[in-house]
Amino acid sequence: MTLEEAASKLESQFKVIARTDFRGEVTLELGLVQIEPACRFAKEQLGFDFLADLSSVDNFGDEPRFEIVYELYSLISNIHLRLKARLSEDHLEAPSVTGIWATANWHEREVYDMMGIRFSNHPDLRRILMWEGYPYYPLRKDFPLEGKPSDMPEVAFSEPAPLAGGPFVSVPGPPHIADREPRARHVGED
Amino acid sequence: MAIAPAAYDSKVEGNIIISRLDACINWMRKNSLWPMPMGLACCAIEMMATACARFDIARFGAEVMRFSPRQSDVMIVAGTVTYKMALAVKRIYDQMPEPKWVIAMGACASSGGMYRSYAVLQGIDHLLPVDVYVSGCPPRPEALLEGLMKLQRKIDLERAIYDQKKELLEALS
Repeated sequence: MTLEEAASKLESQFKVIARTDFRGEVTLELGLVQIEPACRFAKEQLGFDFLADLSSVDNFGDEPRFEIVYELYSLISNIHLRLKARLSEDHLEAPSVTGIWATANWHEREVYDMMGIRFSNHPDLRRILMWEGYPYYPLRKDFPLEGKPSDMPEVAFSEPAPLAGGPFVSVPGPPHIADREPRARHVGED
Repeated sequence: MAIAPAAYDSKVEGNIIISRLDACINWMRKNSLWPMPMGLACCAIEMMATACARFDIARFGAEVMRFSPRQSDVMIVAGTVTYKMALAVKRIYDQMPEPKWVIAMGACASSGGMYRSYAVLQGIDHLLPVDVYVSGCPPRPEALLEGLMKLQRKIDLERAIYDQKKELLEALS
């Protein structure tokens, strides 16, 4: 099966909101309710047996704000198809695809951890990188890179990191860089 | 109490060295520093290389990597300390018996390194008293060995009895 055949079969079965062709890659945008049946169809009928990635995008300022991206791959026909669905900030819940591809389990946990999108029917929806109880979703666009303070006694704490103008940037001018940089010490000073 | 002059004894002549107790204790401590290898990132690879034959940390008596904090003297924090790991590192440090020392190996353990972000503790010295900072990203094994030798020199200058055996000194006086 070629990519074009697979895409048109999916388009005939489901209501595709938008189709993007870019450098031989096909992206289909579907409604959120159609994602789970479309994924099942893609796996069972079209041979997309491998979920290469499941990620999320924060289009801060747009409505709907969030986007979930499914990268499907067929190891049988060697074709790659991308599915997308948009989510509004008011209702951050997507259907889980762990029942279709078991690998979605940790991908969905990461999306939940970093973006705060919940997945219904997920078998074990816990944070995967940050600790349980961390109050923020750090990959959102309105979360500052330096972080925010948090404290869970006995578990973990966090403090904003000193950025000094940027993560990899030293700003010229006074005060001396040794005074601005965190814990840089003068020779002889203890 | 007058000290009796030691009589000449041909059996022990040449076998006695007079020294300070501090110097002896420090000499023993600094030459058998058992590390707690707190390997958290790529620095741990260099730490392993330091332990291997080419660089051979055994030359400095620190080859006994103990994976139990209860048997170790010096914690080598090698790598990026995330906030999620930070209190676990502290908990391990707390289980090490006194006297204990800490080497912050590499940029991340010393200052957060290039990870100025929400997830990374900006230097293990926010949580633990660090004795030696080793620069580098990651430091070469020579640098870690230099850090270890710096720590040995530091231990050599400690007043072991006075600082750590206060009760004993009070009981004796």
